[in-house]
Amino acid sequence: MSNHQLNPNNWIDLYSDYLFNYTITRVNDREIAKDLIQDTFVAGLKSMKNFKGEANERTWLISILKRKIIDYYRKINSNKGKAEVRMTYVNDDQEGDWLEERAEDDGQLNAEETIENSELGDAIYNCMDKLSEKEATVFKMKTILGYETETICNELGITASNLWVILHRARTQLAECLEKKWL
Amino acid sequence: MEEISKRKSLLFISCEEAFHICDKKQYGEASFWEMLKLNLRLIWCNMTKSYVKKNNQLTTTIKTSRVECLHKSEREVLVERFNEHLKNEMQS
Repeated sequence: MSNHQLNPNNWIDLYSDYLFNYTITRVNDREIAKDLIQDTFVAGLKSMKNFKGEANERTWLISILKRKIIDYYRKINSNKGKAEVRMTYVNDDQEGDWLEERAEDDGQLNAEETIENSELGDAIYNCMDKLSEKEATVFKMKTILGYETETICNELGITASNLWVILHRARTQLAECLEKKWL
Repeated sequence: MEEISKRKSLLFISCEEAFHICDKKQYGEASFWEMLKLNLRLIWCNMTKSYVKKNNQLTTTIKTSRVECLHKSEREVLVERFNEHLKNEMQS
């Protein structure tokens, strides 16, 4: 029985930040991450007829994105790393494994740290889903993007005291939510 | 008498004001004077202590996670390109 429906008009508003964060923790490059989520949305649009409604929209888009990320690593490895791959992985049936291993290793964090960061990022985004649109926007602009108070106020047409009230509500809710789910 | 109460109000702040200063502190926007008032309240107010602890923990968690999101201009480009695809898909 299908429960979930697709509404591509809302995809960017609802999922672009989540997908972007998911991608950047795996590819470690802002431009590539943007391209991959663009490709994901387009691929989602083209395969809408295959959607059975068993998963929710975000899970479905993430499953497409995972394939895009694997394709990306497959592509860069086919260009520059064939020889190394042959030396390390002998059997053809190990192909899926090495792709995932390579995808997780960004060279700066170890595998465990990368996984933990990406899970923590997911938990933060899940908690941000519970904020109102305005609270989430202000929190992202101030905390994640590091914009100046004045810039945010001009951008959103709010006063500085409004901003601090919104930010206080957002931080309180996020702290409570993360305390339950992560801390 | 009035003078003493004025001085008191300069140094002693409400919980709400302490929370507000603590929020500003997370972004490096609390002044020296505000920090002084917050620290004074921290000596005896358990509610403030608890809020400051949670708020600092949230900041550390966000920093550790290296969580990212799109800038407004990046999102606009994404929307523009996606809308073209959406229009084509609707027409076909």
